[in-house]
Amino acid sequence: MSKIFALAGVVIKELYRRKDFYVLFFLTALLTLAAGAVNFFHDDKIVRYVKDICLLLIWVSALVISVVTTARQIPAEREARTIFPLLAKPVSRWHVIVGKFLGCWLATGVALVVFYFFFAVVTGSKEQIWPWGAYLEAVWMHWVMLAIVIAMALLGSIFFAAPSSTSTITLIVVGGILLLGTHLNTIALQQPQPMQSILATVYFIMPHLEWYDLRDFVVYDMGLVPVRAVALATLYGAVWTTIFLLLAWFGFRKKSLNT
Amino acid sequence: MKFSPLSLLFVLLALAFTLATNLTLTAGNWSTRAKSDNLFGMVFGDGRKLFANHFFTMADVYFHSGYYPSIFDQKSGEEKEIISASHGKKETEEDEKNEDFLGQPKDWVDAFGRNFRITQHTHLANHNEREILPWLRLAADLDPNKIETFTVGAFFLREHLGRADQAEAFLREGLRNNPDSAEILFELGRVYHDSNHDRERARNVWQLGVKKFFLRTPDQQKDDKLIFEELAVNLAHLEDEAGNYADAINWFRAAQKVSPAPDALQIQIDAVQKKLAALIPVTPAKLY
Repeated sequence: MSKIFALAGVVIKELYRRKDFYVLFFLTALLTLAAGAVNFFHDDKIVRYVKDICLLLIWVSALVISVVTTARQIPAEREARTIFPLLAKPVSRWHVIVGKFLGCWLATGVALVVFYFFFAVVTGSKEQIWPWGAYLEAVWMHWVMLAIVIAMALLGSIFFAAPSSTSTITLIVVGGILLLGTHLNTIALQQPQPMQSILATVYFIMPHLEWYDLRDFVVYDMGLVPVRAVALATLYGAVWTTIFLLLAWFGFRKKSLNT
Repeated sequence: MKFSPLSLLFVLLALAFTLATNLTLTAGNWSTRAKSDNLFGMVFGDGRKLFANHFFTMADVYFHSGYYPSIFDQKSGEEKEIISASHGKKETEEDEKNEDFLGQPKDWVDAFGRNFRITQHTHLANHNEREILPWLRLAADLDPNKIETFTVGAFFLREHLGRADQAEAFLREGLRNNPDSAEILFELGRVYHDSNHDRERARNVWQLGVKKFFLRTPDQQKDDKLIFEELAVNLAHLEDEAGNYADAINWFRAAQKVSPAPDALQIQIDAVQKKLAALIPVTPAKLY
């Protein structure tokens, strides 16, 4: 376990040395504050649109940070040939996969805490309420979703040639699931065969990332999601993360490390 | 004659500057494209209407606190409730039932996924209606010819937030962009009548609205008869309040011609006629 944590620590250090997080956080803060500064009909109590915009920016930023950070981990080690001394130590390929995953996941977790803290401060200062329970649920579900996304990107980085293609394909897949995931079965029912069966199968076997999006509950102050549902969604997320990590490990085991 | 590269650069820069000062004045007329008077028009062109429609829909989404059909749901194309609310329509239980676009869960994924979606049909209340205003403001900026944006925005400002002055300013802006809009004039009349209790101005504005309505083509009049009914009925009530019963009856009769419920208006006509009859001085009978 200490080997995995040592590998994860390196990834976390890498994230705060790179500029990605700072640039995205600065942009999110700038756009949110600019949106919040606009006065509509001389009413300073209007706040939901600021919450909406800020959460959207947080979601986009967190996705970009997690996918881009993860996609370059193993290709960078191979390209710099640091993978050889790494694997020469008593570190297995499974340790590398899990260590890289854990590092990326913890690093995005730290980024998420910073983003949501900023969100809570900005919106709370406008509406004078801090529904911490709803915020905690939203952060937790967001983080669980990012675990699946990071594992997916890690799997992609084993099979695709360059980090850019891994990032692009992962972002398209994740965006597609978030936008269409709920509606895919409805769309399937309107299609002729065999498309109907194909779409219905995809609907049932894909990871339902859209469940983890609790932005509406936060924006519209709709209270808390039942804890049991959150726990089950967490379990579902853990299962999908493990599936992707195992697939990545299978791929990585047979992968030639020479570039 | 030899030029150093630096002096050539200076000469070229001076030439470019001179030409720019000379051509700037005329260059504006070279393009035949229509000039846009605001930033959105310049950036988006006609595409801004699409964004305006989207933002108007966002206002309706906010009004429902996120409980809203997507383009994949069957109820997605129906009239927006913020519009029907601005026409004074109250929701019945039947309407509530019709708006349950989710229905029964289709499968276990859908059933479990509903834990993470808003599944209650609610409307904003207690001054939270203000949350729809940013989207209406943006929609108005993007498409100043979308009349519903102004009428709906003014309705919520006046009726739910008690800000008649803001409502009037928003309608005046709408009227500057759409000077022939009977709908905006109707809403403006409601600001004067219901909020400012200024009967004279309300009458003038509503009568102007009627005139604008009759400027439309017969087909347009047929499609927009709801606005004429609203104008006529409100004018009838105004004249009734003012004691001009004969005018009130005339307006009610005009409204009857386009109303889907002429019987309800007949009851009101009868009531006004009674008031009118009571006013006509009865000649006292000779006692001797």
